[in-house]
Amino acid sequence: MSAPTPPRSEFVGGLYAVAPLALGSIPFGLIYGVLAVKAGLSPELAIAVSAIVFAGSAQFMITQLVTAGTPGLLIVVSVMTINLRHALYSADLARKLAHLSPAWKSILAYLLTDEAYAATLARFADPAPAPHRHWHLLGAGLGLWLVWQASSVAGVLLGGRIPAGWSLEFAGTLTFIAIVVPLLRDRAILVAMATAGLVAVAAHAFPYKLAVIAAAAAGIAAGLALDPRGVR
Amino acid sequence: MSLWVVMLAAGVMTFVIRLSFIGTAGRFDASPWFARALRFVPAAALSALVWPDLVVIDGALALAQPRLVAGLVAAGIAWRSRNILLTIGCGMLSLWLMQWLQVFM
Repeated sequence: MSAPTPPRSEFVGGLYAVAPLALGSIPFGLIYGVLAVKAGLSPELAIAVSAIVFAGSAQFMITQLVTAGTPGLLIVVSVMTINLRHALYSADLARKLAHLSPAWKSILAYLLTDEAYAATLARFADPAPAPHRHWHLLGAGLGLWLVWQASSVAGVLLGGRIPAGWSLEFAGTLTFIAIVVPLLRDRAILVAMATAGLVAVAAHAFPYKLAVIAAAAAGIAAGLALDPRGVR
Repeated sequence: MSLWVVMLAAGVMTFVIRLSFIGTAGRFDASPWFARALRFVPAAALSALVWPDLVVIDGALALAQPRLVAGLVAAGIAWRSRNILLTIGCGMLSLWLMQWLQVFM
């Protein structure tokens, strides 16, 4: 049996794994910065939000809600709603990170984004023993964090100089497509995706982005119903 | 309430959500049903984020529009190549091409 991968290699592996996703997040971060300033956030607060909340889709929603003059409590509830999916990532990783100290768990939880989770899926699915693979998640999380902070600062500084006609926010959607399509391995997953998509579109007018949660729940339920490893 | 306080509260709640299961691991365990459900989480959550971006414009359903076509092109590229940057590049190029040619306008 070969020796376990050392922490340094795991960390570098995490950086490599997240690199394409981090690159894809640059236009997202730029646009967030631009929109945050347009929404009336001070440059300091706009930049701080990227570090405090550190969640792309939630930050986009914040700019929309601040522009609309939404009360503070509703903004917090909306952010919680759209970020609830992270609890499911947390549940997925819990057992694999159970041996770590509270400090490690806190840092990794802070860095647990869609991108970090997606980038480390393959590493954590590997059944071979890997006692240092939390370093892989740290590398992916920290890599994305640095790129996200830098690109949102650049967006804040750029202000309104990026023409809206470039539709750069679409790069975010394309990133999610690039992640989700390869997940399509069997009929149950296809049905889960289709159901989630249909419900999300049908419910898009729900307030506070509740459609995303409702759609994800419907998709998971549909997938479970058709799971080939189903009711045993 | 100052916007700073709102953002701090939003950040703390996001952190608590992300820490939830990781922080309590060992004290209670996910049921087998929950574990099976996890397999569908990334696919369902990401699909829920993507589809409204492809077919909803300004709050109205719109199928004949460049974003849906560009998204489908990107999905095809993603399926064949499994390459994220290539997928983003081809998707953006298709969108820009259709906007430039004023397809659907």
